[in-house]
Amino acid sequence: MSLYRGGIGQWAWLLHRLSGLGVLLFLVIHILDTALVLWGADLYNRVIAIYRMPIFGIGEIGLFAAVLFHALNGIRVVAVDFRPAWSVYHKQMFQAVVVLFFLIFIPVAVIMTGHILEGMHG
Amino acid sequence: MDVRFEILRFDPARDAKPHWEDYTVELEPTDRVLDGLEKIKGERDGSIGYRRSCAHGVCGSDAMKINGRNRLACKVLIRSVRQPIRIEPMMGFTVHKDLLVDMEPFFKKYRSIRPYLIEASERPDAERLQSPENREKFDDTTKCILCGACTTSCPSFWADPNYVGPAAIVQAHRFIFDSRDEGKEERLKILNEREGVWACRTVFNCVDACPRGIQVTRAIGEVKQALTRGKVD
Repeated sequence: MSLYRGGIGQWAWLLHRLSGLGVLLFLVIHILDTALVLWGADLYNRVIAIYRMPIFGIGEIGLFAAVLFHALNGIRVVAVDFRPAWSVYHKQMFQAVVVLFFLIFIPVAVIMTGHILEGMHG
Repeated sequence: MDVRFEILRFDPARDAKPHWEDYTVELEPTDRVLDGLEKIKGERDGSIGYRRSCAHGVCGSDAMKINGRNRLACKVLIRSVRQPIRIEPMMGFTVHKDLLVDMEPFFKKYRSIRPYLIEASERPDAERLQSPENREKFDDTTKCILCGACTTSCPSFWADPNYVGPAAIVQAHRFIFDSRDEGKEERLKILNEREGVWACRTVFNCVDACPRGIQVTRAIGEVKQALTRGKVD
């Protein structure tokens, strides 16, 4: 058996699933770390300080990418569901998602990378 | 020209699991993939199992996975596919032998949506008239030949074999949007269940796989909208 060679729709769906799972994973971790405040400010502050490490900064850029893609493609999925006649243009809609994604992601990623570098040197 | 095929062979009486076998046959670039299979079966190995009937893209018997995508073997020209041409059975069905799959669960789902005109009121004396505009609403979904290419290209179906699948929804659409039919509510109720239209994740593999060019995702979307709004218009 080989993989099914689906088109743009299949890859958009797979990316949508993966980005959704990524965001969910972050939310679970986030709820757990926020809950640490129940054991006092000291423990909470010590754990939150770990997030200042550059590796988490890179993770944050990834999180932003996942949220952004999931949101933009989510609009495409909603549009297809509520306006079935538009589904004929689903490939063009995905191209628009990709263009919008990079237009927003690149400047934000540059700013976030700047913050990581500042944190390392400052 | 010499054309190389790789076919996924499986004989449940002999094999523990499927395996690839290579065949090279002489064909014209304008021949179809089905011509290649016929030549292999006729000249090399008569034991290959596959279905075919009309060989002209009408009966829908020879849907299979060709180079990773569901296609009718009788519609694909040799010159339009990369070699070696890899041929596998459709995914998600039980394989009886080689490319021969068990279509019975597929037809069971087809029957489940009651694919025939249902009359609830008194039978009219004259024929049931329909305007061209009303006919147009389900024109696309009348083209389905029940080959199974859409259903077996669908990730929702691979994940849940109980999902009614795009083909059965297309067939239901053909009657739900027919102004003469009086069984809409019953069909919509079936498609509103957990394994009905809501399992569609708009992946669009079905649209690419359909040999008749049916806008399957659009048809499923129209059924979803009919359920959401509670009316067919």
